[in-house]
Amino acid sequence: MKVNHYIKEKILEIELTEEIDHHSSEKIRLRIDYEIQRFSPKKVIIDLSKVKFMDSAGIGLIIGRYKVALSYGGTLEVRNVSGKLKKILEMSGIHKIINIKTVA
Amino acid sequence: MKDLKNELKLEFLSKSANESFARVAIAAFASQLDPTIEEISDIKTSVSEAVTNCIIHAYPNSEGWVKIHSKLYENEIEIEISDTGEGIENIDEAREPLYTTKGNLERSGMGFTIMESFMDSLKVESIVGLGTKVTMSKKIRKG
Repeated sequence: MKVNHYIKEKILEIELTEEIDHHSSEKIRLRIDYEIQRFSPKKVIIDLSKVKFMDSAGIGLIIGRYKVALSYGGTLEVRNVSGKLKKILEMSGIHKIINIKTVA
Repeated sequence: MKDLKNELKLEFLSKSANESFARVAIAAFASQLDPTIEEISDIKTSVSEAVTNCIIHAYPNSEGWVKIHSKLYENEIEIEISDTGEGIENIDEAREPLYTTKGNLERSGMGFTIMESFMDSLKVESIVGLGTKVTMSKKIRKG
């Protein structure tokens, strides 16, 4: 699991790759929180285009990062969500509070 | 009487690294039924949820064995995932969407809900102190 980050004009973009499950989510969580603390971004974008698998650990991860982003005065957006990932995210209802953008 | 085509038994330690191993192994086994990509994805996700439950809830402070017993029929897969861990006190409550006892670990409480909606059937049996068995099945290529 590689996590790439880009920062431009206070917008932090996090690109996740491979698989998000309970095993990988701990490392991802620490990495994203570290970058949020470092930059205090006004917006965090989590890009899921390179994610091949995600289970409910992804829901917990995104809600958790939403809360952290908020506590640093920013917002959170999830981008490039494929059909199968969308199915899981919408089941939890998080799309009602977090901006989830599907693959164009 | 359903015609049994193949059968698999798998046993591994409750290490989180085995979550991906388990779902990939069962997906490979299921592929003998020539499922669609979506069906494979649903099976992978459901196995991942069940195995993660064993690792987090059945054996929270130690390592134990997780067993998978899967059967392939003509157009159906059955997957039984069991542990000999702590067990679930209130199964109805545990199956409620968003119910979690591990909110501090950022668990979403969606595990059983996902298994329920991605598979065709889900049965949860548990005895506190003895363990839990989750049995799920899915029709393949039902058209």
